[in-house]
Amino acid sequence: MISDLLSTPLFGISVTLVGYALAQALYRRTGSIFFNPVAVSIGGLIFLLSILDIPYRQYATGGNYILFLLGPSVVALAVPLYARRQEIMARKRSIAIGIVAGCLASITSASGLAWMLGGSRDVVISLAPKSVTAPIAMSIVEKIGGIPPLTAALVVLTGCLGGMCGPEFCRLIGVRSPAAVGLAVGTAAHGIGTARMLEVDRLGGAVSGLAIGLNGMLTAFLLPLVYVIFN
Amino acid sequence: MVKGFAILLVCQLLGEVIGRVFHLPIPGNVLGMVLLLIALRLGLVRLDWVKEAAELLLQHMALFFVPAGVGVMTYAAMIGREWLPITVATVVSTFVVMAVTGRLADRYEKRGAHDDL
Repeated sequence: MISDLLSTPLFGISVTLVGYALAQALYRRTGSIFFNPVAVSIGGLIFLLSILDIPYRQYATGGNYILFLLGPSVVALAVPLYARRQEIMARKRSIAIGIVAGCLASITSASGLAWMLGGSRDVVISLAPKSVTAPIAMSIVEKIGGIPPLTAALVVLTGCLGGMCGPEFCRLIGVRSPAAVGLAVGTAAHGIGTARMLEVDRLGGAVSGLAIGLNGMLTAFLLPLVYVIFN
Repeated sequence: MVKGFAILLVCQLLGEVIGRVFHLPIPGNVLGMVLLLIALRLGLVRLDWVKEAAELLLQHMALFFVPAGVGVMTYAAMIGREWLPITVATVVSTFVVMAVTGRLADRYEKRGAHDDL
């Protein structure tokens, strides 16, 4: 009877919401970027399902309802992009150059390094859009034949890394302008990096936010093209 | 709010339709984002129609990819096998992107500011 209940959407949805709410509370309590709520809830849920011996497929019956909302969320990214169009146009040259270069550097360095170190085709493809915001990255990988869940995990890892030390790293290598730091952190570490930038600098945070949408859009158009050429 | 969600979903739906009809490799939701940008620019959709729904979704976007991340548990064997290329590529590439984007944007922003003087 209990196992019947596990196959209903109710289980997956409630366990995800509870896990995420707890992870958020932990993050707020500690204020440490190491306790990123997404990373913690993913880890916690995997641990829970493993010890209770519940297959992912049963969890996904509910999880997929939550996952569905990623689609309209990507469409919704148009709203902040449109609202900030004047900021974008005022810095269009440095933003365009920075994002195009960052997008190319991300695809080539992530896939190239994985390939050189003997990564399989699946891993090389799944790594390619790792700097792009998760919903776009997963859609791209789904289109070109990688493993979307692996991409989601790598996107989170990338975000935590960029959020943890992005602003400090940029200062270290001599990037002075707050807008340039924001652009760098947003291009490399999407939403998680942007959340950190908003704590550090307001202009940097706004530019970082727009880098999420622009880099996502650019990678979504570019990566399938690269993939078609290499096939 | 309902109107906002309807617009977002219809944009996504149209994006999926366009992607399928023209056999585009670009995700339908990204095409939907472009469609919404165009609709806003042309005044077909007003910002306040979609703002509330969009902000609600964007505010909680992190939650929506938790189930996808949990899906990685089904690939534990593969990750165990290829942990080295995965970790090295992810970590190094993240810093490479920040260095490339940060340095270039910094340089061109200064140059742009200089042009204005």
